[in-house]
Amino acid sequence: MDLDFNQEDLDFRNEVKDFIKEFYTQEMKDELARSKNGSASKDLHLKWQKSLYEKGWIAPNWPEEHGGPGFTTTQKYIFETEMAHAGAPRTIPFGLSMVAPVLMEFGTEEQKKKFLPDILSSKVWWCQGYSEPGSGSDLASLQCKAEDKGDHYLVNGTKIWTTLAQHADMIFCLVRTSKTEKPQEGISFLLIDMKSPGIDIRPLITLDQSPAPYQEVNQVFFEDVKVPKENLVGEENKGWTYAKYLLEFERGNSYSPSLYRGIKKLKDIAKDTSIGNDKYLINDIDFVSKLNQCEIEVQALEFVELRIFSALSAGQRVGPESSILKCRGTELQQKIQELSVEAIGYWSSPFVLDTFANINEPSIGPDYAMTITPSYLNGRKTTIYAGSNEIQRNIISKAVLGL
Amino acid sequence: MDLNFTKADQEFRDEVRDFIAENFSPENNTGQNIEKYHEVTSDQMKEGILSWHKKLYKKGWIAPHWPVEYGGVDWSITQRYIWDQECANAGTTPLIPFGLTMLGPVIIAFGNDHQKDWVLKGILSGDDWWCQGYSEPGAGSDLASLRTKAERDGDHYIVNGHKIWTTLAQYANWMFCLVRTSSEGKPQEGISFLLIDMNTPGIEVKPIITVDGGHEVNEVFLEDVRVPVENLVGEENMGWTIAKFLLGNERTGIAGVARSKKAIDKLKEIAKSELNNGEPLINDSSFNKKITELEVDLTALEYTELRTLAKESQGEGPGVESSILKIKGTEIQQKISELTLEAIGNYASPYITPLSVRNFGSNYLEVGPEHTQGVAQNYFGMRKTSIYGGSNEIQRNIIAKMVLGL
Amino acid sequence: MDFSFSEEQTLLRNTIQSFVQDNYDFDRRREIIQSDEGMSKDNWKQLAELGLLGVPFSENDGGLEFGSVETMIVAEEFGKGLVVEPYIQTVVTCGGFLRRASEAQRQEHLPGLISGDEIWAFAYAEPQGRFNLADIKVSAAKNGDEYTLNGDKCVVSAAPWAHKLIVSARTSGDQSDKNGISLFIVDKSSDGISTRDYKTVDGSMASEVSFENVKLNSSSLIGEEGNAYPLIELVADETIAALCAEAIGAMSVLNETTVEYCKTRKQFGQPIGKFQVLQHRMVDMFMQYEQSVSMTYMVNLKLEEEDLERSKAASGAKVQICNAAKFIGQSAVQLHGGMGMTDELNVGHYFKRLSMIETQLGNADHHLKKYSLAS
Repeated sequence: MDLDFNQEDLDFRNEVKDFIKEFYTQEMKDELARSKNGSASKDLHLKWQKSLYEKGWIAPNWPEEHGGPGFTTTQKYIFETEMAHAGAPRTIPFGLSMVAPVLMEFGTEEQKKKFLPDILSSKVWWCQGYSEPGSGSDLASLQCKAEDKGDHYLVNGTKIWTTLAQHADMIFCLVRTSKTEKPQEGISFLLIDMKSPGIDIRPLITLDQSPAPYQEVNQVFFEDVKVPKENLVGEENKGWTYAKYLLEFERGNSYSPSLYRGIKKLKDIAKDTSIGNDKYLINDIDFVSKLNQCEIEVQALEFVELRIFSALSAGQRVGPESSILKCRGTELQQKIQELSVEAIGYWSSPFVLDTFANINEPSIGPDYAMTITPSYLNGRKTTIYAGSNEIQRNIISKAVLGL
Repeated sequence: MDLNFTKADQEFRDEVRDFIAENFSPENNTGQNIEKYHEVTSDQMKEGILSWHKKLYKKGWIAPHWPVEYGGVDWSITQRYIWDQECANAGTTPLIPFGLTMLGPVIIAFGNDHQKDWVLKGILSGDDWWCQGYSEPGAGSDLASLRTKAERDGDHYIVNGHKIWTTLAQYANWMFCLVRTSSEGKPQEGISFLLIDMNTPGIEVKPIITVDGGHEVNEVFLEDVRVPVENLVGEENMGWTIAKFLLGNERTGIAGVARSKKAIDKLKEIAKSELNNGEPLINDSSFNKKITELEVDLTALEYTELRTLAKESQGEGPGVESSILKIKGTEIQQKISELTLEAIGNYASPYITPLSVRNFGSNYLEVGPEHTQGVAQNYFGMRKTSIYGGSNEIQRNIIAKMVLGL
Repeated sequence: MDFSFSEEQTLLRNTIQSFVQDNYDFDRRREIIQSDEGMSKDNWKQLAELGLLGVPFSENDGGLEFGSVETMIVAEEFGKGLVVEPYIQTVVTCGGFLRRASEAQRQEHLPGLISGDEIWAFAYAEPQGRFNLADIKVSAAKNGDEYTLNGDKCVVSAAPWAHKLIVSARTSGDQSDKNGISLFIVDKSSDGISTRDYKTVDGSMASEVSFENVKLNSSSLIGEEGNAYPLIELVADETIAALCAEAIGAMSVLNETTVEYCKTRKQFGQPIGKFQVLQHRMVDMFMQYEQSVSMTYMVNLKLEEEDLERSKAASGAKVQICNAAKFIGQSAVQLHGGMGMTDELNVGHYFKRLSMIETQLGNADHHLKKYSLAS
């Protein structure tokens, strides 16, 4: 057991830092700082992903044969940590971290050849078609139907909470191909071209009120959409297995680096916030003790993550323990957002509809205040999505505690 | 709507104060008092409680929440509020609730004339000490699964079974008991409510020593205990209805607002005398904040209780809302005991019980300042409050079902 | 001691309930807050016609001469409807100052307020002062019979709609002295006033207000020069009491909506309200609500007490309301799942309003400190 990095790791860290310095430009920083929900324009994301692609770092988790960089576990950790500390744009996960691992594991050679390179180069933007209006936590109850029509499927139904679907070229979808006793057994995993006739996207405006085209989520309607048979992943009616496989990836990422960054930003705000009498919020012991409490909990989470990393590098699989990361990570993120709203006091109240517009107009109150309340409101989603935290606790109680 | 005391209320308060000053001497207050914990032997505790009980009985104030015709007092909610407040301020001995708060109202609502006569008299005078035979080793939160059996044999029931967590059964001469008289239908439908003389042959009381080192609760074993049929309350197999009625009454008193106020005052005193980096702990912003949060919470509970009492005095309730009083009341009591433990720092650890005093002599008591004594025991002991009287989880189930309709 | 409402009070509640029912369904409210105006002048007129703008004023001044319980009822019902018209800002806060102003000032200003012709806003917050009402840099320099006002006020709620402002300004003393603060009635159209108007997160509006050599006649001074702080504290406490009432109104709707949703939303073959973990969350929401109702009654019944007792009551109530607002608001969104995140459901709108009430006139930490100092 030790916590030190060796010289190679340290060199790698410098390389990552240099990369960020070069490619994460001030312009990008300024744009991202105006985001209410963590996403910026499609251009920004594509530009950033292209530089990572050219460096060979776009897919740290991919095996080398498919174009992964072959990072060690420690390098992955360093990479993620540095990215988060710098507040670099996240890579859009739907292609890179979600559908790709599924294709690698269950796809045909042809599918791999057709889709993986374009995911890697960000030529094709993916989105995820899982939830439906009637199927949230109970995902297996989904109704979106794919009928066998010989050489193609005919898809009818509705998907909801489809993140950034407005930019997507492809959607991977869970669809019902059979009505079985157990709902899980009639589900298939389909890849659908978003330009197919019969697909309609409707933006959903969330609490933070990011206006289109900056909306985060959408509802996607399918009406008699033809999908070629070759776009079925794995076997028909085995989609649930692939979905579960994918969910592990969705939950397996680490939270603490970006949480630390959140705390650092919060501290900066507290240093900048006057509380009268020439004192600043950072001098207010009540506020600071909440902040410290938060930081300690982040550290506890960090060490859970490190333990999981270490298990991974020893070749063990991450099991349901990843649910702990999801619960604590999202709850701490919400807590930091909550404290940020508290910190800015009355400046939490002014509302700006389009934070990307009027970039030259002075903000009301300090610059950073504009997106704090929207981010807080937007952040409420994190304990709901990707298996609500209630569901995560069910998983832990069943799979870990054996209840 | 208003909060004002009328002139009559103010006069009443003076009368109460005078009465307490004349009749209650703190030196005699040996019952359930944390400070004196180590000095209390069992018999002293019983005596302390009974002596205060008898003075209230003499004055006619022993059962303020009973209807006047049964020996209660015709107090308004304001007067009841004043009474609780003044008792807490003076730190009077808490009375034992099993007869006064629990069984009394049951007998008034469900008992026959004969029972009304002898049971109520004994409760009021303090001549009878009641205990409650509800929980069983296999029936805790799921009380209706109880298995202690009462079989009819002529004009007697023969009772066999095992009760647990029976508070102060060691002093009791009577027990009210839930027993199974039928195993047909839903488990709730075969339960009856029996009054059992603790001196009947076949009853054995065994002490349980709890985490705080105290002997408050017991196990009661019943083997072929013969109980006259006339000791059945209400009808056979309607015991569950009675039990539910009783639980509703039990919860209203359980908020303990006035006493919690007093305990917070005490906590503040302790925090003034304990030092933290050379300064009184009360000046520590973080600790102070925790106390203040508690005070605010308690004030909210106080007004919630007053609202409940006000409804009650207009003939509504006590409804299931009284579950809130139980939950919040016990959470606050536990929090106070937790902060008090936190306040005394290192002196939380010496372990002093009546037993250790007996074994090691009174020198054993001199460890740490006087205000630290019994604090840890009290903290451990208070954990029971969110478990008993229908655990706080069960109370939440009740609210979910009865209030929210879930 | 008595916690029941009189017949007259119940009647008042019914009046407001039908006003809200008739004018404030979700779509109508959305139209109002998305309009350029940001509020409905028609609604304001209607409130005036119902006499509601005169609730706290004496009959001599043309009001209904009601007390704090009536104000509480109005605010609670407005909270249920998420009414955006600036009732608390105009009637409770500015009205609170005006009803203690001189006879001449009352005669000059109250008729316009009560008739609905004029909306008022209280400009007190400054960027450096956070929640400290005494931390004031805006200065009013006296010169003969005239004051000259200079400085900036921030996030002045309802100011875009206001015709008149009441402004706290320093006439003497250091930046955070409690002495040396004065209150002025200022016509918003006066020379030297510039405003930057904007919408707020909860669907209301506010302004940044700058004063540059604004000339005021000494007749615009409320009370004595330099001694306004105790009055500001009093009116702030009255405003807190009304905000608490508004909050419990909003909480009650959120709780009911959430319970209703959990009874109808089915997952895993049953209503999600059958899951104990969700039931207990809703019970905790319900308990927080009941505790908040209690504190709201308490503070509204204690507004007549002497300063320290009153201010302790207000701070205690605000702490409870802040905690409950956060817990109930966040839980309601969580239990509604993804739908709770959308702008289409009223849940998010109540959540936003409650979140903003948390901050108004000081958050939980601020009032915990005040409470502790008053103990």
